Amino acid sequence: MKAMTQLQSPGGILIEGLRKVYGQGDTAVEALKNVNMTVGPGEVVGLVGPSGSGKSTLLKCLGAIIEPTSGRMTLGKELIYDNGWTTSDLRALRRDRIGFVFQAPYLIPFLDVTDNVALLPMLAGVPNAEARRRALELLSALDVAHRARAEPSQLSGGEQQRVSIARALANRPPVILADEPTAPLDSERALAVMRILNQMARQAQTAIIVVTHDEKIIPTFKRIYHIRDGQTFEEVGQGLSL
Amino acid sequence: MISLAGRDIAHGWGKFVLTGLGLGLLIGVTLTMAGVFRGMVDDAQALLTNSRADLWVVQKDTQGPYAESSSLKDDVVRSVRGMPGVAQAANVTYFTMQVKNDNGEETRAMVVGIEQGGPGVPGYLVAGRQLTRSHYEAVADIKAGFTLGQRIRIRRHDYRVVGLTQRMVSSGGDPMVFIALKDAQEAQFVKDNDAIVNDRTRTASNPAFNRPGVPGLLDAVQALQTSSRNVNAVLVQLQPGFEAERVAEPIRRWKHLAVFTRAGMEEILVAKLIATSARQIGMFLVILAVVSAAIVAFIIYTMTLGKIREIAVLKLIGTRNRTIAGMILQQALGLGLIGFVVGKVAATVWAPVFPKYVLLLTQDALIGLAATLLICALASTLAIRAALKVDPATAIG
Repeated sequence: MKAMTQLQSPGGILIEGLRKVYGQGDTAVEALKNVNMTVGPGEVVGLVGPSGSGKSTLLKCLGAIIEPTSGRMTLGKELIYDNGWTTSDLRALRRDRIGFVFQAPYLIPFLDVTDNVALLPMLAGVPNAEARRRALELLSALDVAHRARAEPSQLSGGEQQRVSIARALANRPPVILADEPTAPLDSERALAVMRILNQMARQAQTAIIVVTHDEKIIPTFKRIYHIRDGQTFEEVGQGLSL
Repeated sequence: MISLAGRDIAHGWGKFVLTGLGLGLLIGVTLTMAGVFRGMVDDAQALLTNSRADLWVVQKDTQGPYAESSSLKDDVVRSVRGMPGVAQAANVTYFTMQVKNDNGEETRAMVVGIEQGGPGVPGYLVAGRQLTRSHYEAVADIKAGFTLGQRIRIRRHDYRVVGLTQRMVSSGGDPMVFIALKDAQEAQFVKDNDAIVNDRTRTASNPAFNRPGVPGLLDAVQALQTSSRNVNAVLVQLQPGFEAERVAEPIRRWKHLAVFTRAGMEEILVAKLIATSARQIGMFLVILAVVSAAIVAFIIYTMTLGKIREIAVLKLIGTRNRTIAGMILQQALGLGLIGFVVGKVAATVWAPVFPKYVLLLTQDALIGLAATLLICALASTLAIRAALKVDPATAIG
């Protein structure tokens, strides 16, 4: 079972000296060398880097999908990967503490919009009625409540992405990882998605990390982490008002 | 928690139902094959039950009269009647032939020669009456297609159908036609006229039989050659309180005959006579089960591969492996259930159309349902393994 190490971190996510090495010996590849990041509650930061820079590996480590080789990662006040985490613990962590927004919405095609959002709370043991109520609230906040009974295939790309954001928020996670959430969208819709993410971050006090290449949205971040050759560098962004 | 399997099925119900329909027809064939076997067993048991006999006395060293040919003289019955424990005994003959009706249409039937009032007489009629005259009357099973009053031809003579009975069939499923014993003996054993003339000539030319000093010898020998005093078996009913085997034993010992009890006769008919057919059907059932399993496995595996991305997303957002495995298992079981319902309905609809009796037992249906669900569960393991191997990172790319 996981060790519930309590740290005095300020909430959000704190990453210190994170390393990830694939393989062993001569074939070992150091995908992450020294990653340091802090994202506070209610903050939206960008993570930018070229292909092969280690973005995906970092996202997988942050998303509790792969375990880093060394380093510390603290979620809220909880130290993750301190040698006591089982697969089941990590699965519960992904379900309850981390929200995911993908490049493509990847909604479950056989569930309607409400149940796509309500599924996460249901998986966490929330009663169906309460999970659906919570889902409808989120859909309403994201302005897609009118499509609540629709199937994902009946939605436009922008609507699907808003539903996927609602799904990411459904369990009220302290952290959301958004992987290229605006890539398939035009400028207007991309900025609309960023507006929603910022709004949600503020309202729910969620730390949001947006992995992106998208030049349209980079100016909206107040802080940006650049990743190159497995190392992160912090930069102050323009923080354009949305 | 919502049923992911139920939602997936509801979402693609057309594909699911069509697949279930195909599987169902296969299951229908499987249930029908089992029904054919049950029908054969039931035909065999009906044959024994309808004869209303406790013992079958047949020619020594044979397993007659149904599985092997057996020939006894018709006066054997008198000595059997005198044995302790015997309430009634009657001669009976059986032979299978093509019986013609007055329209010239032929029906394959088992012609049974019976002694009125004794064992072997049909127990109940659905129309008409029992045989009352000594000659040229017949009682037929309705499956033969004959009607009351219709004339049918057996060998050289015409018979009038005076009664109709039901479920009186041979072990091969052929309908029975009952006629008087004397008629049946003649039909079964009497030679045609040319053969009789030929035999008479040969006997008359044999000096051993044609002795001038012994008048009447030639006539007696020739009469013997043309007479028909044989029967196939003697059916015996026991007196109350007598055990079949204890009555059978002295008949075997003192009369030098073979005697079978009901259990022995069932053994011959079910375990021996239809054993090869049963094995044949068993092989079909095994092949159909394997084919069904392969189809379900292929369908569920293909359906799962089509959902790899969704499964990766489900795993990424924290869905337990148990929930994902449950979803696939439920879909496989759902497919099996649809298939079983379709198969059961199909088998019920087409069973009466089969020329031979198809007996669909509830017990077989329940075994079929359990086997279907088991096969579906086993078939889903391949897809479950594939789903559990999906890396949640696939959702991220």
